[in-house]
Amino acid sequence: MPFIPNTDNDRQEMLERIGVKSIEELFSVIPDELRLKVPLDIPSMSEMEILSHFEELSKETRTDLACFAGGGVYDHFIPAALPAVLSRPEFMTAYTPYQPEVAQGTLQIIYEFQSHICRLTGMEVANASMYDGASAVAEAALLAIRVTKRNKVVVSETVSPLYREVLKTYLSGLDIELVTVALKDGHSDLTRLEDTLDENCACLILAQPNFFGLLEDVSSASELIKKVGGKLVMSVDPIAQAVLKTPGEYDADIVVGEGQPLGIPLSFGGPLLGFFATKKELVRYVPGRIAGRTKDVDGKSGFVLTLQTREQHIRREKATSNICTNQALCATAATIYMTLLGKTGLKKVALLSMEKAQKAFEGITALEGYEPYFKGSFVREFALRTPVPAKKVIETLVNQNVLPGIDAGNWYSGLDDCLIVAATEKRTETEIDKLVEGLKELSVSSVLSSM
Amino acid sequence: MKPRSFDDGKLIYDKSKSGRTGYTLPELLSAEKEILSAIPAEFRRTADAKLPEVTEPTAMRHFVNLSVKNHHIDRGFYPLGSCTMKYNPKVNDVAASMAGIKDQHPLSPNSATSGLLKIMWGLTEFLREISGFAGLSLQPVAGAAGEFAGLLIMRSYFKSRGEKRTKIIIPDSAHGTNPATVASLGFTTVQIPSNENGVISPAAVAEVMDETVAGLMTTNPNTLGIFETHVKEIAAIVHSKGGLMYMDGANLNANMGIFRPGDVGFDMMHFNLHKTFSTPHGGGGPGAGAIGVTTELEKYLPFPHLEKDSGGNLFLNFKRPDSIGRLHSFYGNFGNIVRAYAYILSHGGKGLKRVSENAVLNANYLKVLLKDVYELPYDVHCMHEFVISGKRQKKKGVRTYDISKRLLDFGVHSPTNYFPLIVSEAMMIEPTETESKETLDYFAETMLGIAQEIEESPETVTTAPHTTPVRRLDEVAAVRNLDVAFIE
Repeated sequence: MPFIPNTDNDRQEMLERIGVKSIEELFSVIPDELRLKVPLDIPSMSEMEILSHFEELSKETRTDLACFAGGGVYDHFIPAALPAVLSRPEFMTAYTPYQPEVAQGTLQIIYEFQSHICRLTGMEVANASMYDGASAVAEAALLAIRVTKRNKVVVSETVSPLYREVLKTYLSGLDIELVTVALKDGHSDLTRLEDTLDENCACLILAQPNFFGLLEDVSSASELIKKVGGKLVMSVDPIAQAVLKTPGEYDADIVVGEGQPLGIPLSFGGPLLGFFATKKELVRYVPGRIAGRTKDVDGKSGFVLTLQTREQHIRREKATSNICTNQALCATAATIYMTLLGKTGLKKVALLSMEKAQKAFEGITALEGYEPYFKGSFVREFALRTPVPAKKVIETLVNQNVLPGIDAGNWYSGLDDCLIVAATEKRTETEIDKLVEGLKELSVSSVLSSM
Repeated sequence: MKPRSFDDGKLIYDKSKSGRTGYTLPELLSAEKEILSAIPAEFRRTADAKLPEVTEPTAMRHFVNLSVKNHHIDRGFYPLGSCTMKYNPKVNDVAASMAGIKDQHPLSPNSATSGLLKIMWGLTEFLREISGFAGLSLQPVAGAAGEFAGLLIMRSYFKSRGEKRTKIIIPDSAHGTNPATVASLGFTTVQIPSNENGVISPAAVAEVMDETVAGLMTTNPNTLGIFETHVKEIAAIVHSKGGLMYMDGANLNANMGIFRPGDVGFDMMHFNLHKTFSTPHGGGGPGAGAIGVTTELEKYLPFPHLEKDSGGNLFLNFKRPDSIGRLHSFYGNFGNIVRAYAYILSHGGKGLKRVSENAVLNANYLKVLLKDVYELPYDVHCMHEFVISGKRQKKKGVRTYDISKRLLDFGVHSPTNYFPLIVSEAMMIEPTETESKETLDYFAETMLGIAQEIEESPETVTTAPHTTPVRRLDEVAAVRNLDVAFIE
């Protein structure tokens, strides 16, 4: 066993020192009726065999698909320097910085992560990470409930349905009224929002861009929620944020989102990275870990976990959240990504993604049978009306090595013919042509078959 | 000259200069203005986000210089109790980084992902075997998320029976996440004391157990590292009043092949895959917090739920009417699911039992080496960890806090301190099975040496650490002059 250093001799010596005859004797404290009497039926493999087992399994996945799927996670390019430094055991195999004197690496990175997130979103404070965009939305609602002492949460139907499902789960144990305001033409319905918002509302949750890729009139919505004294929660795409007006400028109180586009592999949807930023006045209500800058006894600058009295290991049932283990390594990846790409690079990723999305949009909407599902401005993701169900489009194009998007009908009833297409800087001209060509053939064959 | 280094006190922003770049990207085909014109001006940023502008070599140096300031398991001993800081086999990372595994979009159709579903299924089969629970979900991404799922299942279970139960019993030795999770679901905590042997007594449970209590949460072995010997009797008491038994699986590293919670009265548990099955802790995460439940409770597990159809094909079932709902954007921390699966495969059933045996042996050995000098509040055979107290040392004016700081001068991380709350000046020590006798001897010598220093020159300890990248940090000032982001 390469991971257990004790030899038989070691074990003998250790047992003698303890004063027992066998390891079994150490387990004698466990009542016999609780003991497992049979060996665990699990096979073992050598390192070589493990690798070939995974190679076999990875062959049963498609690695040849040009990915136009989004929905919160995107296929962005990851510069080689990122995994090179992220894979250092100093980052991989450390744990929560409970002893800051030997965790300055992790702590300074968290501090820089918080700073980058604040600069990107125009907010004043950020935490060390949440599990994913979905749990960050849910925790944002919980924060708003705590601080306003109100019990109604309003969310627009244009916020990711995956996030709304998680939000519902998080709130299901509490006495909270969760109101989903139906969308109108792919956007948040401001008239209905106004009718729904009242003095009981802890917060309004909006996404910018929304799940269909469209830009929302956040300014008007912000006014509506502020008028009733509630908090504005915005869920944002960090790449689009490089070109979009900051939540800070919309007077958002809490800003959350999925940080996966910032240098984290898709990895079948996990691990992801929830980010969480707020106005300074809310910092004591924020869930999870926060790094702060201070000085050591010699006056040297250093970092610690701060405001820990919010956290479960100190406050137990009075904590702001039950979160303990977070997504620190993913936050480290995002920090490295935002450092390498920097001010100009992140914007260029956004522009390239936009350009590819625009090209795909123009190509597809010029085809017979396809049109924009909704009117409005988009950044790098858009919704299409398809001549056959989106599910069928996906099945057909996957056979041509293209994952053309995601099927809105999975979450929105009546939108079975709505395909949501996303682009990143990785999509090539050839891949876009292939997407357009594939959709064209599908349209032609659907027309033929309906004749 | 005073020794110094280039990076001293510098943030990445201090190395940033306009005009420097750390990337290459394809050229835009159209002008920036033209691309941006698709977005009306009112939606656009007026100024670029002030992220750093540095070259790749500058970035590399920055992060490498930061990295070497960290203690980590590949550098030295990390006996942080209840965190199971064991060695992370590298083959697991190689498996998780394979192209077919790392690059798949989670909303790809089933036809593109069957290998990935097989990995998930493989792990659930192993966890069933290890825990004795029939129903498994890999969706919770951390221990606390597993607790959250478990308590939601309790809530759904009682709701379906038309009962409203509002309380959860928790022993005073519980992890902080337990009461925090209880509160986050609107339950209230009924705290019961551990008895003189450090375990929950059936009488204490019987006293508070009634039809308003949804269930009891406990870790086994508990946070003192002591096996909860009465769990079967306790389960009978809880069940007799209709309640459910939850096991916090943080300490599963002591149990593999020894004790299966699903066999002896527990109704559900969470696993900390990152602890027991050794996925790298990453400076605080990501973890993975799978949950196991009895057959009766399986229908409440989160959706999407991995199932086999009648033809034996795996699929994700989104239509589960009794489910507690969705907990994660997708299917959990898949990268860690891959690593845990690889870890279990590298050990097999026999190897996992050896893991638990050696973890328990190491803990008992270290405990014996320390117990004459540091107070041992519960002197029984421990499981994978144990708790000592710095009470004697405190009488000399040196706190557990100081001892922890002094340890850092010797290339080892300190134990978890001031936890569990029921032991004053607590040090909770979990050596794990991947440490050698020589390492344990070194740690014990160091601990005894520190005790000696406390007698002879206590200020050496109370002013420690002396050799770390920074010395004691002012945590009070960090709160008072709150600086959590550098914004120009």
